[in-house]
Amino acid sequence: MNANSIQKANPGMNDAILQVQHLSMKFGGLVAIGDLSFAAKRGEITALIGPNGAGKTTVFNCITGFYKPSEGMITLNRNDGSSFLLERLPNHEIPARAKVARTFQNIRLFSGMTLLENLLVAQHNKLMKASGYTILGLFGFSGYRKASAESIELARHWLEKADLIDRADDPAGDLPYGAQRRLEIARAMCTGPELLCLDEPAAGLNPKESAALNELLIDIKNTSGASILLIEHDMSVVMQISDHVVVLEYGRKISDGSPQSVRTDPRVIAAYLGVDDEEVETVLTEVGDEDVIEQLDIGPDAAHGPGTSSSYLAGPVSDTVGHSEGERVTVSKGASKAAQVDAKANLPRKPSERATAKSTGKASTAKPRGGRK
Amino acid sequence: MAVTVSPERDTVATPIQRALKEGFYAGAISLGLFVLFIGLKTGQNMSNELVVTTRWGLLAAVVIATAVGRFLYVAYGQPFMASQKITNVATGLLPASVASRFFQLPWFVAAVVVALLLFVFNSSLAGWVGAEPAGYLQFLRALAIIYVLACVIYYFRAFIHANFTRLGITALVLYPILVVAVLSLNAWSITGGLQGSLKWVDNFGIQILIYVMLAWGLNIVVGLAGLLDLGYVAFYALGAYAYALLATQYGLSFWILLPAAGAMAALWGVLLGFPVLRLRGDYLAIVTLAFGEIIRLVLINWREVTNGSAGISGIPKVSFFGLMSFNVSDPNYIAKVLGIAQSGAYYKIFLYYLILGLCLLTAFVTIRLRRLPVGRAWEALREDEIACRSLGINTTTTKLTAFATGAMFGGFAGSFFAARQGFVSPESFVFLESAIILAIVVLGGMGSLVGIAVAAMVMIGGTEALRELDFLKEIFGPDFTPELYRMLLFGMAMVIVMLWKPRGFVGSREPTAFLKERRAVSGSFTKEGHG
Ligand SMILES: Nc1ncnc2c1ncn2[C@@H]1O[C@H](COP(=O)(O)OP(=O)(O)OP(=O)(O)O)[C@@H](O)[C@H]1O
Ligand SMILES: [Mg+2]
Repeated sequence: MNANSIQKANPGMNDAILQVQHLSMKFGGLVAIGDLSFAAKRGEITALIGPNGAGKTTVFNCITGFYKPSEGMITLNRNDGSSFLLERLPNHEIPARAKVARTFQNIRLFSGMTLLENLLVAQHNKLMKASGYTILGLFGFSGYRKASAESIELARHWLEKADLIDRADDPAGDLPYGAQRRLEIARAMCTGPELLCLDEPAAGLNPKESAALNELLIDIKNTSGASILLIEHDMSVVMQISDHVVVLEYGRKISDGSPQSVRTDPRVIAAYLGVDDEEVETVLTEVGDEDVIEQLDIGPDAAHGPGTSSSYLAGPVSDTVGHSEGERVTVSKGASKAAQVDAKANLPRKPSERATAKSTGKASTAKPRGGRK
Repeated sequence: MAVTVSPERDTVATPIQRALKEGFYAGAISLGLFVLFIGLKTGQNMSNELVVTTRWGLLAAVVIATAVGRFLYVAYGQPFMASQKITNVATGLLPASVASRFFQLPWFVAAVVVALLLFVFNSSLAGWVGAEPAGYLQFLRALAIIYVLACVIYYFRAFIHANFTRLGITALVLYPILVVAVLSLNAWSITGGLQGSLKWVDNFGIQILIYVMLAWGLNIVVGLAGLLDLGYVAFYALGAYAYALLATQYGLSFWILLPAAGAMAALWGVLLGFPVLRLRGDYLAIVTLAFGEIIRLVLINWREVTNGSAGISGIPKVSFFGLMSFNVSDPNYIAKVLGIAQSGAYYKIFLYYLILGLCLLTAFVTIRLRRLPVGRAWEALREDEIACRSLGINTTTTKLTAFATGAMFGGFAGSFFAARQGFVSPESFVFLESAIILAIVVLGGMGSLVGIAVAAMVMIGGTEALRELDFLKEIFGPDFTPELYRMLLFGMAMVIVMLWKPRGFVGSREPTAFLKERRAVSGSFTKEGHG
């Protein structure tokens, strides 16, 4: 935890495998990500959390080249010292050259191909070179046969890690949901990544599968040398395995630090709890002591409050979050609560000024999201 | 409170009652459908006036046939099929299958005897019973032969299933030899046999194999990479014209021009691919369709080069690797070199083996490519393009290679077509050809070589066989031409096959690699691709 705070104060350049600087992504008038900066450290599991529609998947899509960011810089420093500006690389070169692999929120497997084939497709570039861009392979060149055998061995290795070896010759579409999630991770690992981006890997898993997934991720982190960037709603997964947590709300970073510091951050709690304007203060006094609040005043300023469009686009989804005291609270989301907490936290204690601060809070809230009753 | 059930609800209509009702409805519907189609016919009389002829008799026959057919199906067919699924109470076994009851030894022996007798007395039949019954007896003979063959296939079905590919290739290699042998025996002379074999080798053998090759080429694009290409015939045309022009203008040999035509078609595949491949699904289909039409219109209108719709004739024949020629006037004519009787059949048999070789080359390359990374990437592209990109696959070049490879085989087939025909014109490359090739791929089961070959055999062989059904003239009158019903039958066959096997003849997919055992992947998991 100590090391974490030092890193936060002074993020070492080569220590960070991924650096996102001033990243913005706009869809027409909608600001999906606004001026986001964070770093993911080498050899660590960094979690990216936030309520639904916060822009987490959009961040992934920018990192992996599916979207071209409107502004900002995404730097990837590979283990061998080379670095890449991901926003400038074409989509398919990001996995191939910058060694970033990803999974998808809605699983994308090659469902009509067997598990083994799925993992072989992931080794496409390597095998393509070995087959002399098909020409040599067509004539049964021995170098290709060797490479092909090696690729099957690598696939076998990851199938064993993901506990799928018994089903290696079954079509991927035939697997149960949890196994499909693990297969997608194994497939991403077969590209030999240095940064593995996982979009909600624990979604839809039962507790047993979720525990197996935790083990797999820890194992990947410890043995393969890949760093992990993780989007997750399941707080038990996040809190157990991540070394570092970045919290987004409305495309802005509202908190960044160790899991422990993030879970006690009033802004985060407010963002997840979606308390009423009047209750913000209560929450603040309940969970946040003065020190924590002062320490973490890096939230968005009032001018960058969420726009109306982002407010009504988000759906009325309920989230269940682990509360700091351990009890679980099911809540409905509200508009940017973190901004309100910020506004309140910086309040002078005089009642007259408090009233003005409250109104700013409301202004930045714009329209409350649908579903709040 | 007591629930009263009305007595009508309890009585379930007996199958016969239901069948009567449904038969009546079917008759009414077909009457409504056909009253204008069949009941009335417009034509011209001697003074060019429009006359309406009524055909109530024919209409009545069709309507009654429909009604009776529906009645029989509901009354007897459906209960029978249902009973097939119910196990016997006493033995706990399913009833013997229809097929095993249909193919039985006594019947087999009887059919063999009938077929043999009719063969032996073929020539004297007409004298004994008259011309018309003799026609029917010939039909009976054909039925007996089909029954005998079906029995044999049924009996050896497990073996055939296990060795389908090997048996198929053997049969294809032996086919011309068998045809010549059987016909020679029948006519009791080798030259007669050769002469008679022309039709069988050319119309059935070569024709089918050209479509097999085209469909296998298109299979790479549609079946493997999942890119819907409705203009495939353009590459076929490019290959044909490349050979026709270069051979007639520069006198280059087939063996140089075959790869050249393939390369040319592949090049055009890439050129077409560049602008088009960012499109997906329906949009891609429409643009490729347009490409096919553009090529055809260019062929028609660029008269200085292509000679317009008159086409190019006098395309030189293929030589036997330059060693022997098939032109009677040449000094190295095959019959002179080998010292055998002159016959046009040699060239056809040679062409048969040539296209067979080209087909096997296509199959070999396709099978090899599927096991190489590029082939796997094609299939992965069909399954999920976004996932492919997330794995570092360059989807643009992958699509382009699929397009180019498919186009190359189309070009090969085209140059062969030009050499076989000796004449090319834009009329051979209309959209209908693209549609037929695509239909064969879909019918065979996208991605499956065996299924596609069978589909080509059924579809092309079936339409060719319609020309042979002369006895139908006895039934429908002398001006009945079964070939005209080709497209109707083609369409009906497609509907039936798609109802019976929605994924084509071979719906499953062979995996390209395996750890423990190779198990076919059921068609319900594979995707068709979106572009
Ligand atoms: N291609 C797009 N075009 C327009 N708007 C988009 C696009 N992609 C995302 N958005 C919008 O950006 C916002 C952030 O979406 P994103 O999918 O990144 O959320 P998320 O944090 O992943 O949410 P969840 O937890 O539900 O997955 C949403 O309001 C969404 O509607
Ligand atoms: Mg998401």
